Parts: sequence; structure tokens; C-alpha cells
Amino acid sequence: MLWLAEGTWEGCIDTAAPLIPEDARVSLLYVVPEDVLHAAGAAAEGLIGRWRPRLGPTEQMAGEATASGEALVAAAAGLLGRAGVGQVIRRGRVEREVVRAAEAADLLVVARDGDRSRLGPHSLGPATRFVVDHAPCSVLLVWPDEVPDADSIPPPPEGRRRDRSASPHEPYPPHASLGEPPPLEKSGNDPR
Amino acid sequence: MSGAPAEILAIVLLAATLIVAVVRPWRLPEALVSVPAAALVLAFGILPLHVAAEEARNLGPTIGFLAAVLVIAAMAERGGLFAAAGTWMAAASRGRPVALLALVFVVGSTVTAILSLDATVVLLTPVVFATAARLRLRARPHVYACTHLANSASLLLPVSNLTNLLAYRASGLSFARFGAVMALPWLAAIAVEWAVLRRFFAADLVGRGVTDGARPVALPVYPVAVIALTLVGFLVTSIVHIDPAFAAAAGAIALVLPAVRSRKVSLGNVGRAVDVPFLAFVLALGLIVSAVSYRGLGSAVDHLVPHGSSLWSLLAVAAIAAVLANAINNLPAVLLLLPAVAAGGAGPVMAVLIGVNTGPNLTYVGSLATLLWRRTLRRHEVEPPMSEFLRLGALTVPLVLLVATLALWLSLRVVG
Repeated sequence: MLWLAEGTWEGCIDTAAPLIPEDARVSLLYVVPEDVLHAAGAAAEGLIGRWRPRLGPTEQMAGEATASGEALVAAAAGLLGRAGVGQVIRRGRVEREVVRAAEAADLLVVARDGDRSRLGPHSLGPATRFVVDHAPCSVLLVWPDEVPDADSIPPPPEGRRRDRSASPHEPYPPHASLGEPPPLEKSGNDPR
Repeated sequence: MSGAPAEILAIVLLAATLIVAVVRPWRLPEALVSVPAAALVLAFGILPLHVAAEEARNLGPTIGFLAAVLVIAAMAERGGLFAAAGTWMAAASRGRPVALLALVFVVGSTVTAILSLDATVVLLTPVVFATAARLRLRARPHVYACTHLANSASLLLPVSNLTNLLAYRASGLSFARFGAVMALPWLAAIAVEWAVLRRFFAADLVGRGVTDGARPVALPVYPVAVIALTLVGFLVTSIVHIDPAFAAAAGAIALVLPAVRSRKVSLGNVGRAVDVPFLAFVLALGLIVSAVSYRGLGSAVDHLVPHGSSLWSLLAVAAIAAVLANAINNLPAVLLLLPAVAAGGAGPVMAVLIGVNTGPNLTYVGSLATLLWRRTLRRHEVEPPMSEFLRLGALTVPLVLLVATLALWLSLRVVG
């Protein structure tokens, strides 16, 4: 199952498509963010005594939100170019609906959002972080666009680290290699 | 009736009026309870007739002004102003989410300042949502920007918010001077909202929207010209000491007449835009609050609120106003506070406005309404998704209050 959201859905399909086995059953998920509609509706409720159009902003926007979600999923299915792709539209709190929808899936593909100009820290948006944290199945976290190189990790705060090492209460004695972005990992992953 | 029973009955009637206005059983007009409640207040002598007459004389022009602004906003919408603004924002953003947010800030702040916060909440927000959806960008930051700016950006002009209209007369400022004093606080509040929202929603401001097929619709010339001339009219009337409500009325008539003549708009539409039940509701609410105030709460408020225009007392007034707006909704809050601060001149009156206008971003609609709304949702077994709204409010409101009041203090020093 692929969770699609505005801004990252094309990259998600592009990156994930070559990784999906031929015989896998694929479904595409979009969640209408009901809390956003509620916030707009509540703002109108706050105008006590005024402006009572027959449809409040929430109702006005709900139809449009569902239609645009369906259009997004249909466009994504076209981009994926496979037969028999399931299309799932849900409504509610986005992160919770994604977790519910993933219950029946073997693998959930999630696109990164947030700051994608560097690696970490706290790079995932709140909803994405929640989904990665709570997913009831395996999760494939994909970069929807170019992957920044490993040098983009912000350097650790050198000064503070040295200060802390001077403290006799430091529970974890600092290791010399912690100060550098670890080159070890890259060579360690090389299939030699 | 006098003494404690009179005060208690007045408070009960105020509570009933507010609860009915929020719950709206069977979608009855609010005036159906507020007007009889006001009549009871007068019949029992809780508010003496001469005080009531004085209050009504003060409220009358304000209500006329309000009616004209409501009509201008509704006619601008029918003239296609908001739809055009949506297509313009879509094209000018070229699908970049941060650019779209900036445009929403510009349009949202302008619409709120000129056409009132109601126009932003009811007319602009759905357009902004549709614009984001059409571009295939996440609507969340843009919709939240609208709901927040409707409050924070309603500081500038007397017409921006009903609370401003109510305070405008008490402030003793002309229309132009009101705007001059509030320009800096208005900009400060918008700047704080931008700084916080830009970071808060950073994860949602991603990707690049689809812009093909998004052709901007031409801005409707006539409504824009009339609104611009109405603004000029506000300036001119305040220079020659005529009530600016006449400029608003002229603007409303200039928009209504051609639309009715060409049968684009029926008289029924105009009547609905004027919204007589709402005007009656405001008048009745004013009388009921006046009674509550007259029977003792007024002097209590008077003791509570600091007087003077020092920075500390302005900050205290703004904070008290914000708390009160969240406790009982900002309309009764401003009606209750105005008599206490009016003697202190423009400074404290403006500080009250900063509090009651930007404070409601803290909860959805003031806690009375929030509580009732949550209860209604629970009855339908829906958990109201409020946490994000509350977190955003907690981040912005104290900062906006502080920075805008600081700006007001500076502004009073410069503009006077």
C-alpha cells in the first residue's frame, strides 16, 4: 500500500515503482484531512450570530476535498502504469487513518516530507513521524526526490560535547569518532 | 428589580443569549432569544430606560455601519472578487507552496482589514482551500493561515471587526487616526503569525503544485473600484467630520443598485446580506451586557482593569481582554470592558481590541462556545480534532499579544 499526499506523491510513485515486485497487489491511499475542514468550520461557528449560509465552510469544502483526493489517486495510478491498482480514499485524522488502512497491508510505502535538503534531524513532518512510529506493518520510507549526501548531516555541537566530557558525571564517555559524520556506515553497507 | 437578584437575572439572560447563539437549536435565529431577553431586561427595570436609550443611540450607527459592510462583502463575492483572488493566487504562486502561503497572507490580511473578518472566514477560506486543492498542494497551512489571520489581521480599521466598530466610538479617534494608530500593531501581529506558521507547517509546505490550466480570472473592476472609493470615502469623511458609516452605506448602495437592476441579484439576496436578525441580535446583546454592567459587574470590571497608557497597563489590559474573550466570547467581552477603559483614552481601548481580536486564536471560538461545540460533537461520537489548533494557538497568541501591544505603545508615542 502506498500512502500518497500532496507535494510528495509523484516522487513517491517514481521511487517506489521499481521496488515493487511484479506480482504484488498494490493499493493507493489518500486521506482527506478532516481536521483541517473542522478548523475552518469552527472558525465560522465562532462568528456567533452572523453569516449563516446554508452550507458552512466545512460542508462546502468536504466535497471538494474528496474530489481532489480522488483525482490525485487516479493521477498516481496513471503514473504507476500497472493494472489492477486499488484506490482507497479515507476521511479523518490523516495519521490515524493511514495506520488503520495499513492494518491489512504487508508493506506501507511512505514518502518523506519536511526538510529534504539535508539528512535528519527531525526531518519528518508530524503526521509522517506518527505513521512511521505506529505502523502495524513494515514500512518503506522513500525519498520523493533527490537524496542529499551524507555530508549534509549537521555537525554535532563540538563545544558542548567537550564541555560535557569535562564533567565527571558524564554517563557516556565521548568517543573520538562521534565527532565526525560516520564514514564507516557507507563502506559497511557496500556489498563487497 | 434591583440589587443582587437584578444582577443574577441579567447574567442568566446573558448566558441564555450566548448559549442559544452558539448552539442554535433547530437553527433558529439568535435574535429569537436575545431580543425577548433584552425586552425582559427593560421590563423588569434591570436597565433603566434612559440608560437603554443612551446605549441604543450609541449602538445604532454602529449597527448601520455593520449592515453596510456585510452588504459590501456579500456583493463583492457575488461579483466574483474572491474567485478571482483564488485564481490569481494560484497563478502568482506558480505552484510553490511557500509563495502561496505568502499570497494567502497578503490577500487574507487585506480582505480581513477592509471587508471584515467574517469575509475571510466565510468567503475567502473555502476559496483558499479550493486553490490549494487545485494546485495539488496541502491545504492545511493555508486554511489555518486564513482562520488565524481572520482574528490577528482584524486590528487595522474600524470595519475589520465588529469589536472594532463597537470600540471605535469609545476610542474618540477618527477613522483615519484609528487606522494610523493600529497600522503598526496590525503589521506586527501579521509578522508574528507568518514567522510561527511558516515554521509550524514547514513539513506541509513541500513539493511543487500543478499549474497547467490555471488561468487567472480578471479581477472584477467594478467591485474593486467601489471598495477602493469607499476606503477613500472613509478617509474624507473622517477629515470633514462626517460619520464614515455614510461612506460605507454609499459603497453598499453603489454595489447593490447595478446588480439589482441587471437582475444578477434579487432584493431577497440583498435582504439576506443585510441580515436584520443579526443586527437585532447585536443591539439586544449590547443592551443585555449593558444591564449586567450597570447592575454591579461594571464597577467590578472597573476595579480589575488598570488605567493609563503605560506599557505595563496596556499589556495587562490586552491580557485581561484576551482571557475574557476566551471565557465568554469576544463580543460580550468588548461590550463589558469598553465602559471601564473608555475614560483612559485611545490607548487602553486599542489594547482591549488587541486582546479580544487576537485572543480567540487560543481556542476555537472562546471557551463557552468550545465547550458546547465539543459536547455536540461527542454526542455524534466524533472526537473533535483540536490538538493541532490548540498547539498553534498556544504558540502564536501570547507572542502576538506581546508584540502587537508593544507596537501599539510605540505607535501611540509616534501617532499620538
